Amino acid sequence: MSGAKFNPDRDVADWTGPYRPYDLVKEFLIALFVVGLIIVGLTIVFSSPDDRPVTLQSWSQNNPVDFAQTAITELDGSSGVAAYGPPYVPSSAGASQQMGFFAPERWFGVHIPINTAQDYVIGPLRTLPDQPLLTAYLNTYRDASSSQQSTWTAAYEKVVANATFQSDEIRVARGNYGPVAGIIRSLTTMARSGALDGALLRSGQFYDTNYTKPLLFLANGSYLANLGGNQHLQGSQWGMMNETGNYPGQAWLWLYTLWYQVQPMKSSSNGDLEVWVIMMALTLLLALVPFIPGLRSVPRWSRVYRLIWRDHYRTG
Amino acid sequence: MSVHTDRPTSATDPSLADQWTAKLRKAAETAFPPERLLPDAQPSYVASWVYVFGVLTLVSLIWVIVTGCVLAIMGPTWWHVSSVGLFVNSLHLWSVELFFFFMVIHLWGKFFMAAWRGRRRATWVSGVVTFVISVGAAFTGYLSQQNFDSQWIATQAKDGINATGAGAFFNVLNFGQMLMWHIVLLPLVVVVLTGLHVLMVRHRGVVPPFADTPGSSPPSPAAEVAEQP
Repeated sequence: MSGAKFNPDRDVADWTGPYRPYDLVKEFLIALFVVGLIIVGLTIVFSSPDDRPVTLQSWSQNNPVDFAQTAITELDGSSGVAAYGPPYVPSSAGASQQMGFFAPERWFGVHIPINTAQDYVIGPLRTLPDQPLLTAYLNTYRDASSSQQSTWTAAYEKVVANATFQSDEIRVARGNYGPVAGIIRSLTTMARSGALDGALLRSGQFYDTNYTKPLLFLANGSYLANLGGNQHLQGSQWGMMNETGNYPGQAWLWLYTLWYQVQPMKSSSNGDLEVWVIMMALTLLLALVPFIPGLRSVPRWSRVYRLIWRDHYRTG
Repeated sequence: MSVHTDRPTSATDPSLADQWTAKLRKAAETAFPPERLLPDAQPSYVASWVYVFGVLTLVSLIWVIVTGCVLAIMGPTWWHVSSVGLFVNSLHLWSVELFFFFMVIHLWGKFFMAAWRGRRRATWVSGVVTFVISVGAAFTGYLSQQNFDSQWIATQAKDGINATGAGAFFNVLNFGQMLMWHIVLLPLVVVVLTGLHVLMVRHRGVVPPFADTPGSSPPSPAAEVAEQP
């Protein structure tokens, strides 16, 4: 727009003042060396965190009751993943997040299908060889009507919170659980042996790098959440930006994490989507500052630049 | 196609003027003459510690890439079983921490300088985009650690990513996918954008101060700068 009125927040006069020698290459190499030294110093003093990952085996060994409690919710379809909605299971009422008509989670649909009963309980148990009693449990459960299955799982779910672990087995009060008690007991034993970790990675190939299923199973229980809470990593503890130990973590996510600490996002069932919409809007705003009248004037109004260029303004 | 016994020039072969290669070279020479690409002098106002944070960000990125390459050479499990590997991983971690620390100061320094003035808006936008992509690069790094932090961050972050619909294609629980994003795709974008960003800075030079001092002449109409397309 040739001839447009000069705007001090958009335009600048070409510099006609003095220049001074400035050795960019020397500055670069010195900076490279000094920053390298700082990095080595920080490494020697602080190292880096590397807490061992949780496995289904360590979970079921350290807290078998919590494992069994979670396993029954996978079998009866009441776990967090079973009711999650896309991208894991078809959307049920209120499962996916939305803001008015804006419901991208539902729009993209199920891309990582998970059938919790089949993938986490029945399928892995079917891989165990030479288990006639377990096979009988599974066949009985399979052949029962869905209402019968629900009656068994509901009855078991009521008592499993008070289960005990004795003689390497989950034990619950006597009741009519059909084959469910045997199924959960077998799955807990399988998990404690380490076999369930391998079974959940089965993709029909020798190699596997996709840990979606075991991670979602872990996330459904209380064990992982409690470990995270002990390390002050819960969402309510600004956890997204932290890491184990006293390390700075992803401090640059402070603004993203901040929104989870304030209402209404803190308690909203659509909180994740709301936070992302806010962050995308703020990011767009930051990128487009030079184009937004008023916002692009903030530096001039703030006069912080006079501090940055104080030598220039002092000498006039 | 004409054949020359000597190396052709635009004088001896007018067809060179229409050649794409010749046009690209001429455009590059016009945009980046040596004294602009690698200047040995700067305007006198380039005298503040704030300017250092740009080069500090750049050298931190170099250390991030170098240490990341060593980790890549040895494979993703190396640093869990080797003290040397843990040391290199720590170098990688702290170079990332410094990279963001310097970059944030650089960003706010440039904000308060209104460094987008004088047809430098693309430089500002490229810097912000690089910052955002870098956040993604670091995030996928945390997901690729194969330890408790990775498990925790993945299971926590999935809800936010899934809420946007991106979880259908960008699965934070898929270690293999996140590792590829972390060591190939996102670093490639960050390095390319950083290169473009530096070239833009070299092309336009360092933004001058606001002309608001007593004695400094207000910009003349002749100095008005055309709107950037």
